[in-house]
Amino acid sequence: MSGATLLKESGPREVFCGLTSIVWLHRRMPDAFFLVVGSRTCAHLIQSAAGVMIFAEPRFGTAILEERDLAGLADAHEELDRVVNNLLARRPEIRTLFLVGSCPSEVIKLDLARVAERLNTALEGRVRVLNYSGSGIETTFTQGEDGALKAMVPLMPSTNEQQLLLAGTLANSVEDRLIKLFNKVGLEKVCSFPPRQSTDLPAIGPGTKVLLTQPFLTETARALKDRGAEILQAPFPLGIEGSQLWMKTATQAFGINSSTVHSTLEPLIARAQKALEPFKENLCGKKLFLLPESQLELPLARFLHRECGMELLEVGTPYLNREMMSAELELLPTNTPVVEGQHVEKQLDRVRELSPDLVVCGMGLANPLEAEGISTKWSIELVFSPIHGIDQAADLAELFSRPLHRHDLLNRKLLAKV
Amino acid sequence: MELTLWTYEGPPHVGAMRIATSMEGVHYLLHAPQGDTYADLLFTMIERRGKRPPVTYTTFQARDLGGDTAELVKGHIKEAVDRFKPKALLVGESCTAELIQDQPGSLAKGMGLDLPIITLELPAYSKKENWGAAETFYQLVRGLLKNHPHEKGSQNSKAWKDQSRRPRVNLLGPSLLGFRCRDDVLEIQKLLNIHGIDINVIAPLGASPAELMRIPDADANVCLYPEIAESTCLWLQRQFETPFTKTVPIGVGATHDFLKEISEILGIEPPNQSETSKQSRLTWYSQSVDSNYLTGKRVFIFGDGTHAIAAARIANEELGFEVVGLGTYSREMARPVRSAAEKLGIEALISNDYLEVEKAMANAAPELVLGTQMERHSAKRLGIPCAVISTPMHVQDVPARYSPQMGWEGANVIFDSWVHPLMMGLEEHLIGMFRHDFEFIDGHQSHLGHQGGQPTTKHEPQTKYLNPDEAAKEIVSKNNSPIWTEEGEAELAKIPFFVRGKVRRNTEKYARQAGCRQIDSETLYDAKVHFRN
Ligand code: SF4
Ligand code: SF4
Repeated sequence: MSGATLLKESGPREVFCGLTSIVWLHRRMPDAFFLVVGSRTCAHLIQSAAGVMIFAEPRFGTAILEERDLAGLADAHEELDRVVNNLLARRPEIRTLFLVGSCPSEVIKLDLARVAERLNTALEGRVRVLNYSGSGIETTFTQGEDGALKAMVPLMPSTNEQQLLLAGTLANSVEDRLIKLFNKVGLEKVCSFPPRQSTDLPAIGPGTKVLLTQPFLTETARALKDRGAEILQAPFPLGIEGSQLWMKTATQAFGINSSTVHSTLEPLIARAQKALEPFKENLCGKKLFLLPESQLELPLARFLHRECGMELLEVGTPYLNREMMSAELELLPTNTPVVEGQHVEKQLDRVRELSPDLVVCGMGLANPLEAEGISTKWSIELVFSPIHGIDQAADLAELFSRPLHRHDLLNRKLLAKV
Repeated sequence: MELTLWTYEGPPHVGAMRIATSMEGVHYLLHAPQGDTYADLLFTMIERRGKRPPVTYTTFQARDLGGDTAELVKGHIKEAVDRFKPKALLVGESCTAELIQDQPGSLAKGMGLDLPIITLELPAYSKKENWGAAETFYQLVRGLLKNHPHEKGSQNSKAWKDQSRRPRVNLLGPSLLGFRCRDDVLEIQKLLNIHGIDINVIAPLGASPAELMRIPDADANVCLYPEIAESTCLWLQRQFETPFTKTVPIGVGATHDFLKEISEILGIEPPNQSETSKQSRLTWYSQSVDSNYLTGKRVFIFGDGTHAIAAARIANEELGFEVVGLGTYSREMARPVRSAAEKLGIEALISNDYLEVEKAMANAAPELVLGTQMERHSAKRLGIPCAVISTPMHVQDVPARYSPQMGWEGANVIFDSWVHPLMMGLEEHLIGMFRHDFEFIDGHQSHLGHQGGQPTTKHEPQTKYLNPDEAAKEIVSKNNSPIWTEEGEAELAKIPFFVRGKVRRNTEKYARQAGCRQIDSETLYDAKVHFRN
């Protein structure tokens, strides 16, 4: 293991629950509908986290439990059937329906797996019904995607074919780009999961090697492994270094000639380094504090330190899977405090004490920190933006550089005068 | 179980957060799972607050449920009190904690803390945000004042006359995430001040528990937002016999009535109508010839109860519109909204389903929509101009400039913000006036983007404005759609971009009704006459 210092903290947390993943998952699979079985809080969370008003009819919704649903579980089952049938009648384009568990549905022990099974029988394959938990008592933020993907694994067809599977939602443009690069070095068969159409699931089996695109897919990785696939251990494809190591892990696993890979990536790397230059200048030597939220914190810290020269004050993460993160942990500088879990008040005390130049945090904390004169970057933007791969390294750096740049700009131009 | 794709109101504990966050020195201990912390962003992002809401979430997890959650709750309470040193502590639960019944309120009370503790019971599976805010405000005021001495029969709203001071009132109800509360409070303060009335306490916005203790010192209460403050005002009336105002001063007429009402309560000279009607520019702007075209505009209104009722009155009495739809998402306000609608000869829509509201809007065929941000989107889809008059809040509803809804300046703001979208929208007389002006030839792109700009290819620009149902109808009727002749298209192209979509649609509708297979310039004019009558 590396020199990073692993710490744990507990207390009041300030993170979204797994329901939030619906915000990007429903965009990835336009033929799927995400039905949260929960409360008005759950409905309000998703619409608030999505940040925008909903145009037309969204592909997610909440079956809001009411007093009488709590009174009798039998009725709750019937009610849920009724809601689902109405929904499907109204939205015939839906091919996959995800029933998403919430804190209330779990506390009252509403068994969504059973509901899904019953509906699957009734619907005779016209629509596939899956279930997973996005509840705040079980999951944080990005873990919702882990649950959704895991729920799809049993539906993946089997194959023995040699292939590479990219697991984790990527922006479509980035996905195309990465697949093209793999093809270019001679890795012909590359598929991605989740697919763009929920019914278009890739096959899986002993010939499949899985490269995770996101660091939060612990359960999905386990399920894929159970289907015979091999999970490749690599740093995550953020930044030039991470993306390069990530690609090389796959090409090596498939025995591809390393000089081909090298000659393909070399010009991309040179170009990306040039693009990164101005941001590096701005970020170098600046102090960074990452609050826990998306589980992207470790790879981001690694990129911002190693490629942009930022100083890491603290790297928070809601959850740390040491095995999956081992490659990342090794790349962090010695003694970097990596804090799993959270006590938001104590953490903010440390923020104030260490006065970082930039804090990565959730939307609830951003403006209050800005008001104290500390620049921030919201972590939720990172799960929506195309940031993966060598070509995106400069864009990724810019996301962090912009708030600092803006801070400077306003201080110089506006505040300096007063 | 209710399928909800989008909700106008959050859960009731968000209402409680609005009260706690509006105030100084109040802390809210919320027994809730971690995801519920999303609610902070409503204040820090939407309202751009530079401070975190004063809320400690216990963020219990599944693994805590087997163990001693009571200890967990107590630990959080102790830490919060030590750290934030509040002057009053609210203790409550969100939907999930309500199910596990830890009774955090009694736990807190058993801890021997030296500060007022208010237990909140907000049934998450039957109530919503505004109710939660009202209940919290009421419980807080009651909790702090229930032992306050009061001699029955001693209240006299005119006592100020013998005490050589000006009369003073409380402004109750303004809160964070309330529509334009920040500016309404300033406007009403100014208004009352001009009429010789002082402000005793404004609450909850900006008030501390100590200030709440001074509420009984007022000669009367002003209930600015019944959704939030009515239950409190009623209790204060029972407890301290303090009368309160029922008129919400939004619009010229209502502001006048409000002044009259408060004057009568306090025993001061009521204002003179011919004077008050001149205080806002709305009155004259509405009378000026330029506003002739506003006559009889069909308007559809939907929002919270207070703002919807006020909008209906202004539309009907002060702008000469025809109210063709009136509704609210607030069940608590259903009764007054129903009676307001009845007076206008229409049936009120009480619904929490935005798609139902959109359908009612489409059916009412209004020329202007006054609604929430959601109705703005529905109206946009239907190609109808819209102004936002009510919560739920959106970052755009917290403008940097001063823009109250209440009082004289509020009426000015309302005139501008309702008439502007109408002017930008489908204004018929402009067609005639500008039809040959070069500015309106194809290719001009307004920043409104949508309706105009690109040369219209058949059926392209307008279909995206139809709602799903209409879009479906449209698709069905495609095969029997009349065909535009080249000459017809040329005529259509002379019509300004911002009404072209509507004219195209109406003309096709007319052509279908009339059984024309082809549309030329004559059909266009026939259609125009047809729809005029
Ligand atoms: S934390 Fe639980 S109750 Fe709250 S929004 Fe998430 S799933 Fe719903
Ligand atoms: S600038 Fe844009 S918003 Fe303003 S009046 Fe013109 S079209 Fe309307």
